Amino acid sequence: MSLAQAGLAATPNGYKLRAKQLGMIYYADSKSVAALEDINLDISDGEFICLVGPSGCGKSTLLNLMGGFLSPSSGSVTIDGEAVTGPDQRRILVFQERGVFPWLTVEGNIGFGLSKLPRAERESRIAHYVQLVRLQGFEHSYPSDLSGGMKQRLQVARALAVNPDILFLDEPFGALDSITRVIMRGELLRIWQTERRTIVFVTHDIDEAVQLADRVVVLSSRPARIQEILNIDIPHPRNISSSRYLELRDELLKQIGLAYEI
Amino acid sequence: MSELKSPDAWERFFWPIAAAAMLLCVWHYSVLWTGTKIFPSPLSVEKGIAELFHKHVLWADIADSLRRVAIGYGAAVLVGVPLGLCLGWFPPAHQVVNPLLQILRPISPIAWIPVAIIFFGIGDPAAIFLVFLGAFFPIVVAAVSGVSSVPLIFRRAGRNFGLSNFQLLRKVVFPAAMPQILVGLRIALGIAWLVVVAGEMIAVDSGLGYLVIDSRNSGKRYDLVVAAMLMIGVMGLLLDVAFRRLEKMKSVRWGFRNAA
Amino acid sequence: MRVPVWLRPVLFLVALLVIWEISVRMHPGLILPGPIAVLAGLEELLHHGLLLKYVVASLFRVTWGFVLATITAIPLGLALGWYRRGEMAFNPLSQIFRPISPLAWIPIAILWFGVGDLSSIFLIFVGCFFPLLLTAMSAVHNIPAVYIHAGRNFGLSSKAFVARVLYPAVIPQLLVGMRITLGVAWLVVVAAEMIAVNSGLGFLIVDARNAGNRYDLVVAGMVVIGVIGLLLDFTMRSLEQIRTFRWRSSED
Repeated sequence: MSLAQAGLAATPNGYKLRAKQLGMIYYADSKSVAALEDINLDISDGEFICLVGPSGCGKSTLLNLMGGFLSPSSGSVTIDGEAVTGPDQRRILVFQERGVFPWLTVEGNIGFGLSKLPRAERESRIAHYVQLVRLQGFEHSYPSDLSGGMKQRLQVARALAVNPDILFLDEPFGALDSITRVIMRGELLRIWQTERRTIVFVTHDIDEAVQLADRVVVLSSRPARIQEILNIDIPHPRNISSSRYLELRDELLKQIGLAYEI
Repeated sequence: MSELKSPDAWERFFWPIAAAAMLLCVWHYSVLWTGTKIFPSPLSVEKGIAELFHKHVLWADIADSLRRVAIGYGAAVLVGVPLGLCLGWFPPAHQVVNPLLQILRPISPIAWIPVAIIFFGIGDPAAIFLVFLGAFFPIVVAAVSGVSSVPLIFRRAGRNFGLSNFQLLRKVVFPAAMPQILVGLRIALGIAWLVVVAGEMIAVDSGLGYLVIDSRNSGKRYDLVVAAMLMIGVMGLLLDVAFRRLEKMKSVRWGFRNAA
Repeated sequence: MRVPVWLRPVLFLVALLVIWEISVRMHPGLILPGPIAVLAGLEELLHHGLLLKYVVASLFRVTWGFVLATITAIPLGLALGWYRRGEMAFNPLSQIFRPISPLAWIPIAILWFGVGDLSSIFLIFVGCFFPLLLTAMSAVHNIPAVYIHAGRNFGLSSKAFVARVLYPAVIPQLLVGMRITLGVAWLVVVAAEMIAVNSGLGFLIVDARNAGNRYDLVVAGMVVIGVIGLLLDFTMRSLEQIRTFRWRSSED
């Protein structure tokens, strides 16, 4: 597989997504609350980035800014050198729950963004992604017949079907039980290694971050700044009992300020 | 909820029939004991129903009532749903129009009769207008409510996939609001049925409502009065059941369990 | 200059009224009155003391009919809803009676009660009874099973259970049902008065038309009906908002 096929070709100025001095201020009643302050982040093509931080610190806000669903109070986000001004098919957001459309079947959901394609191509793409997320046999089922994990897989399939450059995932496994969560992480990695995209993944689960990410961005509590960026230098598949893993995990716990003896 | 054991399947039919039978007995014996000459007994009502059927009067009246409902209700749906969708989509517009709607809504369609007569004269069109009025407000309210309760996630996802405003409305907001709109439509249908009967008692000379009044006025045929009332009840129930079937088909599919 | 939010609907209504007035003036000889004529009509009614008298009459009938229906239908409905067999027995019957417009009961009402107040109160009673019955049955149904189990778990006697678990649990839904049914009652009273009595707002509309096509009074009556109906709805909504009844929102 060539570098280009693996999605690792260098982009013009070297980075896929650049956030420069990003800041976000919310206005409630007559008070202003700074959610994010001075965020500077550069993400390479095909990287898997995790954003972690305490609850309510602004991780989702940052994700929404990067995706173009919110406008920053200061600073900018550029993707492939272009400024981000709104939502776009090239960067799809996957939500924590209830993101799939309940009135469409699995096929209908996956094909949602594909209406501009000729029928044959649309159908083959849908079939491909049904296979990829392992939902064969459920093509004509409605989301109400699927389990939570399956619904999230459906969301990922829907997102990937339109061939986005970047996937934003906002605590996608947060509503699932812990066993399913572990399985889903494996699935996501498998999919990511098959079809490489840039991924920005928000989580509050430390283990999840260390297991998945190339780099972990730690955000402080409000107003959120980038506290630390950890390089996870273990190759996949990661052994969660290896000493390096535990070292990194401990480092992350320390960064977030959690004691690790209960 | 607090029973000795769960009811069996056969009980679903047994109990309503038992209750109906009990009611019929009470009715029958009350008529007997009070010795009333006017109020009909169940038997005479049954004969009355048969008589109406034989004279073909009943079918014509049912058809007339249904026709008026169909036209008035249909018009209310065609006007009310798009209007409600727009108002729900543009909250500022809703805010401007809402007070007017809230003042007009409590005015019984029957109270509109004199005004309706000015514009439509006496007869069918006036009755249809009344049905339209009765159904219009619940439909608009339901549509507005449906649109505004579409979760933000759906709108965002729709935008994410590059949908224009109009596409968003058609492919995301409308299907998402559908269960609530359907409930509103069902309620409006029930109201339409009530209004058509009431309207027929006053403004026209055919239909089930007219049958009720006419049976009394021309000869105090209370057996026919009650017969007509029962027909009204049954027809109304059938309309409601049919509509619920429709709702179930869509709602269960979408997994909206609270489409009560 | 941005128009302040509260002003916009007012301007909208004023604009409509102006259009209405202009259209009427452009068609002399039209029976339909313009808003100014309607206002004059309202003033006339007030002046003669009729408006107050009729409003009171209508409210009187609504109150009686509604209250009677409430105190009979709700306890009955709660009891029937509690015993599944009870509901099985009476739900179908209620579903047949409910679509029968209260007005269709007029011949029977006149037969039993003659023409007058009692008749119209009966009609309102009938119009409210079945919806309230069905609301009560449904409200019992929707009590989350956890509350029932908890009540049993704490060893409450039947009486205590009804008072401390059943009633509080059903009240939010009952209040919503009562508000909607009150709206229905208001619609029915107006219609019933057009037929069976000789006072009240519905009567006003019929009488004004019959006694010389006083359409200004007809429309004035309609406006008053709309406003009072709105006030009734508003009052019920405020009742729903009272703290003790608002617990439902916390569990969403």
